Amino acid sequence: MRKTSLNCIHELANRDERVVFIGSDLGAGVLDEMKNQHPDRFYMEGVSEQHIIGMAAGMAMQGFVPYVNTIATFLTRRCFEQVAIDLCLHNLPVRLVANGGGVVYAPLGPTHLAVEDIAILRTLPNMTIIAPCDADEMGRVMTASLDIEGPVYIRLAKGGDEIVSDPSRGFEIGKAIVMRDSSDGMFMTTGVMTQLALQACAELEKDGINCGVMHHHTIKPLDGRSLEELIPSVNAVVTVEEHTRIGGLGSAVLEYCNDNIAEQSAKIVRLGLPDRFVEQYGSQNSLLANLGISVETLVETMKLKLDAVKSDVS
Amino acid sequence: MLDERSKHLRRLVIQMIRVGRRGHIGPAMSLIELLRVLYDSFLRSDPSNPRWEQRDVFILSKGHGCLAQFALLADKGYFPHEVLDTFCSPTSILGGHPEFGKVPGVEASTGALGHGICIGVGMALAIKIKKQDRRVAVVLGDGEINEGSVWESAMSASKHNLSNLTVFIDYNKLQSYGATSEVLDLEPLADKWRSFGFSVAEIDGHDVDALQKLTAQLPLDSNKPTAVICHTVKGKGIAEAEHNPKWHHKSNISEQEIENMLGQLA
Repeated sequence: MRKTSLNCIHELANRDERVVFIGSDLGAGVLDEMKNQHPDRFYMEGVSEQHIIGMAAGMAMQGFVPYVNTIATFLTRRCFEQVAIDLCLHNLPVRLVANGGGVVYAPLGPTHLAVEDIAILRTLPNMTIIAPCDADEMGRVMTASLDIEGPVYIRLAKGGDEIVSDPSRGFEIGKAIVMRDSSDGMFMTTGVMTQLALQACAELEKDGINCGVMHHHTIKPLDGRSLEELIPSVNAVVTVEEHTRIGGLGSAVLEYCNDNIAEQSAKIVRLGLPDRFVEQYGSQNSLLANLGISVETLVETMKLKLDAVKSDVS
Repeated sequence: MLDERSKHLRRLVIQMIRVGRRGHIGPAMSLIELLRVLYDSFLRSDPSNPRWEQRDVFILSKGHGCLAQFALLADKGYFPHEVLDTFCSPTSILGGHPEFGKVPGVEASTGALGHGICIGVGMALAIKIKKQDRRVAVVLGDGEINEGSVWESAMSASKHNLSNLTVFIDYNKLQSYGATSEVLDLEPLADKWRSFGFSVAEIDGHDVDALQKLTAQLPLDSNKPTAVICHTVKGKGIAEAEHNPKWHHKSNISEQEIENMLGQLA
């Protein structure tokens, strides 16, 4: 997914002179071809994230569309004030391409785990937040990102994730995609939790329970219209995110419902990371399972919620 | 001694204070001569078309000095003088820090410190990429350069040989709490900027002739950004405010204090 996003930046730079790339201190050889082809639009500025955000803002003020790439935690925790003021207050077309959304960097420990990035950035006016589910969708995100008016945060997954997106379902920033339909239980997901939810649906189907998945590649602006259409038509909703339960997709869905379809809120259960720093290493999947996010917990949570709703009705 | 134009500009600052009854008076008064020279003779601009594509860019990185910038912008015709009489009122374009999109002639919203220079470096780099003959001037406060982002930015400016960038440091030796030498000593300041790859000049920041001569020579090195350390007096022109950290920001300013200040600037 990261490779796709970087290649897309190069392709965008080939066809649009406004596109510049700014990295911090990325791996050796990153985007060498772009550097050779467009030396005046490739910048590796060192471990100086606060400056980089301001510099990107200055370039955007002069008509460029900078794509800034580094590790997600450093783009959100480190330079929040620069993102808030330099990018969001000025509403500038700077794109933050964030490596390692969620617990991708599991072996590297809590300094590198971006588990609250969505919550942090959701508070900022003018910010668009996107978490694609696979490399193919990443390509569509990058193409669409070029002409978004304000700042955009693009949350990258580990890479090599199963391709589940399908261009025939369409793609539009801010428009959720129903990956699998249902009138019973619906998972609402973002990023690679979409794949996990699709696996959970397959397991549930073995037990005769038909569930669906609505994939929110765009968390902000949230696709409220789709929520209003879908949630009243199902019995239970389980939101799933590789992110703290505070302030991410689940919170956004609940907030929207509370504001607009308050009577539907009780249908919703949120699955996400607990409110504590991650204490283990291992792999992304082992860490997620340890933190309560796995096919099994998705299946169990959905079954419990459907049972609860149905027993309430009876 | 301040000449009539310097006194006039300071009276415009007091005009705003009379309405808002508050403001960063000390940090504005130390800037007047520098901004006067920049707007009068250095910056190529068109007040009737603030977004003129060939303009030089000015960023007040120490946004709390905006009373001085607002006085200059009104004086140069970016907006009518009457607007000064709305300072800090609910629907005014003029608040306690300068905002892009509200105030004609303001290029970036500043106030949080250590931002304006980073934006200025980005603008100077963009201008260089586009091969335009335009300059970027950034004014930093001395307390402001406590911020690490300033030095990240300085490294980047010299890496890219941004000779179209000049940073002016308003070195009035006082920050909010007290002397810069005691809060977080900046010395050796000129050596610091030199070691970060800048050409450095030091100047009396209230000497209009000297400022005019120096700015006419910029850049000092055709391959480097320039840092001009302006030795200034915080609160310059107001006896009770000079060298007094308590005048960094003042609120509840009385009519008698206003009259007293205007009396000194008559």
